[in-house]
Amino acid sequence: MSDSSVDSGKRTWLIASGCAGAVGAGFAAVPFVASFQPSERARAAGAAVEVDIAALKPGEKVTVEWRGKPVWIIRRTPEQLATLAKVDAQLADPKSARKPDELTPPYARNEGRSIKPELLVVVGICSHLGCSPSDKFQPGAQPSLPDDWAGGFLCPCHGSTFDMAGRVYKNKPAPDNLEVPPHMYLSDTRLLIGEDKKA
Amino acid sequence: MAEFKEAPADAPLVQKVMTWTQNRFPTAFDAYKVHMSEYYAPKNFNFWYFFGSLAMLVLVIQIVTGIFLVMHYKPDAALAFASVEYIMRDVPWGWLVRYMHSTGASAFFIVVYLHMYRGLIYGSYRKPRELVWVFGCAIFLCLMAEAFMGYLLPWGQMSYWGAQVIVNLFAAIPFVGPDLALLIRGDYVVSDATLNRFFSFHVIAVPLVLLGLVVAHIFALHDVGSNNPDGIEIKAKKDASGKPLDGIPFHPYYTVHDIFGVAVFLIVFSAILFFAPEFGGYFLEYNNFIPADPLKTPAHIAPVWYFTPYYSMLRAITSEMMYALIACVLAGAVLGVLKAKIAGAFKGAIVIAALVLVALMLAIDAKFWGVVVMGGAVIILFFLPWLDFSPVKSIRYRPGWHKIVYGVFVVNFLILGYLGVQPPSPIGERVSQVGTLFYFGFFLLMPWWSRLGEFKPVPERVTFAAH
Repeated sequence: MSDSSVDSGKRTWLIASGCAGAVGAGFAAVPFVASFQPSERARAAGAAVEVDIAALKPGEKVTVEWRGKPVWIIRRTPEQLATLAKVDAQLADPKSARKPDELTPPYARNEGRSIKPELLVVVGICSHLGCSPSDKFQPGAQPSLPDDWAGGFLCPCHGSTFDMAGRVYKNKPAPDNLEVPPHMYLSDTRLLIGEDKKA
Repeated sequence: MAEFKEAPADAPLVQKVMTWTQNRFPTAFDAYKVHMSEYYAPKNFNFWYFFGSLAMLVLVIQIVTGIFLVMHYKPDAALAFASVEYIMRDVPWGWLVRYMHSTGASAFFIVVYLHMYRGLIYGSYRKPRELVWVFGCAIFLCLMAEAFMGYLLPWGQMSYWGAQVIVNLFAAIPFVGPDLALLIRGDYVVSDATLNRFFSFHVIAVPLVLLGLVVAHIFALHDVGSNNPDGIEIKAKKDASGKPLDGIPFHPYYTVHDIFGVAVFLIVFSAILFFAPEFGGYFLEYNNFIPADPLKTPAHIAPVWYFTPYYSMLRAITSEMMYALIACVLAGAVLGVLKAKIAGAFKGAIVIAALVLVALMLAIDAKFWGVVVMGGAVIILFFLPWLDFSPVKSIRYRPGWHKIVYGVFVVNFLILGYLGVQPPSPIGERVSQVGTLFYFGFFLLMPWWSRLGEFKPVPERVTFAAH
């Protein structure tokens, strides 16, 4: 090989074909990267779930699976409902004003975040890193909770706390309230999770 | 290409075969010389130098046991947990192979942390070994990915919720985060799709990258030569034939030497393997013996011990801590403007960058910055060669108080690790916040503190007493 001169015409075409090759490689990568997306089957698995809540007594909770996530249905007692307004000042977002389209459907933008005051329906996934908070319905001092605890939920992963309406307390790792999924009542005792009237 | 050689007609068969092979595959013979028989390593290695070869040994253990585990394991959310129990109970000797693999994972991190610490105290990352260090850090990253994805495979409660938390960390990235997390999981929650792809990454994709990096690490090391506890370049003093005066051939001297280290290591490894494979819940967490339940998070979730220092740093970043970090950024910018000997334009850039960063820190919530801090704690290691300005390499010739700084760094790392195992508590949070600031201070202030103090004279030749 001679080092005297570079054939600039050839060099230009080498660069051009190199670039064309890189573009081709980019296109070739598309199907591989796209295959990482949820499959059609996973997308289709988001069907609504029907729950019979006739047997649910005040103070009790049932958990159902919707889109692979736990959805809690809790029939709150009058005492639990009475705590909601009292803790407003300690909450990060008492009026459910943040990201309302994602977290709180219009029919749940009230103090109890519910259609029927006593019945709370929320996705039991912490808005921090996706753990499922544990029930801490018993008021009063207990480990990892403040002494004036009013009852609610505690996330075991990073200590975020939520009130009896799934609203997050201030200065906790979780930025937002628990998500209220779209839901509607088919009758007094039958609840449909995953769909609401407007849909 | 080398000349074609002919073995004499009356040569023994072995020599004829060797000559025949050498003529057709000289690369193998050259590699043997370059990496073994004529690789001159300093003769003053101490016990810290066992851990590199031990890391290779553990890598081999992990690959071999992994191959056998894959023969019985089922990467399916409905079958995975049971197939691991099947390996443990029904496959002949399956329990041993599985425990070797799970104990090997923890052993890998023990050995690698000690190997990295060796590099840290003897300045093995300094010129001309920067790339050796950078490849090593990349290996560490791969190892973390390998460990994280491997931990999902038994499909226990810790597997599931650990993966859920870590994948959701990516969702904290502004704008692209939620889509990125979806892309990693392949579903709206951690599910069968996630298990399958993690299996693929764990058994083939990451190991291939890891092996490539190990080769690069060793080749780069053998190109520049090993450092030693004195931090002296042995290539500076050579004998008449061009061999370093303080060097000895890797084979047979260090191969035999390392076999001793291997023997000691295997004694400890076997003791854990046979008598305490769960290691009190640290090597195999108890909650992972419960099948994954997407509807119920265990009461206390913590990553495996080797991730806990970084996990502590993640938890340390709360909205209060952000004010401390903002103060640090501003103080850094002020110092940069007042002290650094650089042009005015750069100083202006520093001020603007700091203000933009502070604005972002106020705008984006603490969760994202926790992820940045956790990632940064690993990434900052890559930059170590360009942060250390000490005039000597080895801790042996540094001022006495440098040893204390390194000591505090180690203790701090251990405390962060301990706190990461514990459930969150207000005191633990404060301690981990101070620990996080110290960890980053150690590295980011290194250009300043590493030059301070009275350095001892470095000898011409390595410190070595024949034995």
